[in-house]
Amino acid sequence: MTELNLRYFAWVRERIGTAHESIELPGDIATVADLLGWLKTRGPEYEHAFEQTDVIRTAIDQTHVPHETPIAGAHEVAFFPPMTGG
Amino acid sequence: MATVRVQTEPFDVAAEVQALVSGRTDIGAVVTFTGLCRDEGGTLSALELEHYPGMAETEIIRVAAEAQQRWPLNGITAIHRYGKIMPGDAIVLVITASAHRTAAFEAAEFLMDYLKTRAPFWKKEHHADGSEGDWVEAKDADDAAAGRWREDM
Repeated sequence: MTELNLRYFAWVRERIGTAHESIELPGDIATVADLLGWLKTRGPEYEHAFEQTDVIRTAIDQTHVPHETPIAGAHEVAFFPPMTGG
Repeated sequence: MATVRVQTEPFDVAAEVQALVSGRTDIGAVVTFTGLCRDEGGTLSALELEHYPGMAETEIIRVAAEAQQRWPLNGITAIHRYGKIMPGDAIVLVITASAHRTAAFEAAEFLMDYLKTRAPFWKKEHHADGSEGDWVEAKDADDAAAGRWREDM
């Protein structure tokens, strides 16, 4: 079991109801996509936040990554909607 | 060489231009872009800008470094505000300086196109009638604007 910090922003944060949390990562989770799939099983608020996984953007240790990226060695994984700055 | 700041405070465009060009005689062109909060026909009372602290600065620095590789620039300033921003107030500032105007114009446009799609900021609307506002949706047009810079690499 590895501890991992998760961060949520914008409507992902609002739907889940928290901005960050630490989780014990189950051993069979290899990629960001696996993590998303597992998070969806944690309750209706997670299912709501991640109902359309293809629109969810992800970052590992503050760098944009695609969903198929392995999370081995990651300290912080962030989930957020497409960005609307500028 | 790039000055990048993520802050709640307003910025002074003239002072930022002065800071960039002060004491230099090699700069022939300065382009500034300022993005403002609209009231959307009176329906919007404010925008709330959320950001990912740390990553927001890192991504802007990355985009500025890419601009410096692509154009002969003498300086870049990029400032992005977060928190509550009222209609008419500025959200973002990009300044590019170069010996000639073409590089400064193109680099400023490139910086804004990339900031919109890569820098982790999100806008939430506050409605003038007090009702709960929505998160602004990302536009396909913004992705297309960023994408066009890929073709001529």
